[in-house]
Amino acid sequence: MSITTDTRQALPVGTWSLDPVHSTIGFEVDYLAGAFRGQFREIAARLDASGETPVIAGSAKVASVDVKDENLSAHLQSPDFFDAERYPELSFESSEIERQGDRLTVRGGITIKGAERPVELTGTITDPISDPYGGERLGLKLETGINRNEFGVDWNSALPDGKPSLADDVKLTAELQFVREA
Amino acid sequence: MKVLAISGSLRSGSYNTQLLRASEELLPPEVDFVLYEGLKAVPPYDEDDDVQPAPPAVAALRGAVAEADAVLFATPEYNSSIPGSLKNALDWVSRPPATNALRNKPVAVVGASTGAFGAVWAQAELRKVLAAIGARVVDGEVAVGHAPTRFDERGRLEDESLQEQLQETIEALLDEAESRSLILA
Repeated sequence: MSITTDTRQALPVGTWSLDPVHSTIGFEVDYLAGAFRGQFREIAARLDASGETPVIAGSAKVASVDVKDENLSAHLQSPDFFDAERYPELSFESSEIERQGDRLTVRGGITIKGAERPVELTGTITDPISDPYGGERLGLKLETGINRNEFGVDWNSALPDGKPSLADDVKLTAELQFVREA
Repeated sequence: MKVLAISGSLRSGSYNTQLLRASEELLPPEVDFVLYEGLKAVPPYDEDDDVQPAPPAVAALRGAVAEADAVLFATPEYNSSIPGSLKNALDWVSRPPATNALRNKPVAVVGASTGAFGAVWAQAELRKVLAAIGARVVDGEVAVGHAPTRFDERGRLEDESLQEQLQETIEALLDEAESRSLILA
């Protein structure tokens, strides 16, 4: 297996649009005695590997946050958490993509609740396959960790022993399938 | 712009209602001030009754909140927390969760008590409840302790620092309402 960090060689050349149905952007955070997960139903992303520097950019609508309880969904959209009215989208745009084998490291800026912070996502790439519909598609699985307080998402509630019920560290995950644009 | 004022104390001589009236004097003339007087008529929350049409007192409260650009609450402290009648009213307004009338509404909390601490615990509880409902809770605390001694004959706060805190809290509330009106425009 050859190892390269030449991104022009590493990513399949071309422009790729997201298949949102078969893609997931989600989060995971420790709450009480276990991990709590949610995802965003309305997501958008594009991979442009046609130029000198390939770019992955994506966004998720805060109002589309999908959890198992409507009260919680409403709370997540409120100013206590994402403040969907004022900041309707979360977004990410890469500045640098490195590939080693099927491993990817993607650096860029993520914007949550209006605050942009640098972030490094790591994960894997599934190289292009021909799908049954005459298209060509590739897959990315990426994740990163952020401290939600750095984005002003600082709600908490104390446990009886005084410790916080909701962790500061949040794992963000993106499982993305891209289809080659015609 | 319209500011709805809700007092957590129902009695006619309430210091918290007096504090809201003192707030009215600090508002710019172009701001409408509406003191809500229907809290006592709100029935105990019962999900069986939470149907359309809502009980009249509930519909009136939800409508008043929906029409306001901002809501100013003044709460006393009952047993280290907010009065049951106020919590009950907020529980009604909080339904349905995703579209309730307080969602994203700029709100501020002040409080008065006959004791030394000016209902600070109740104010903290009320801010927590309002945030959980989805309101836009502005910073600022006005804690009027020893309330019977704090107002002059015209009902204004005599203490200058309290008056300044009240002014700052109201300005923060109006700023938040103004900022929201720009988003919604």
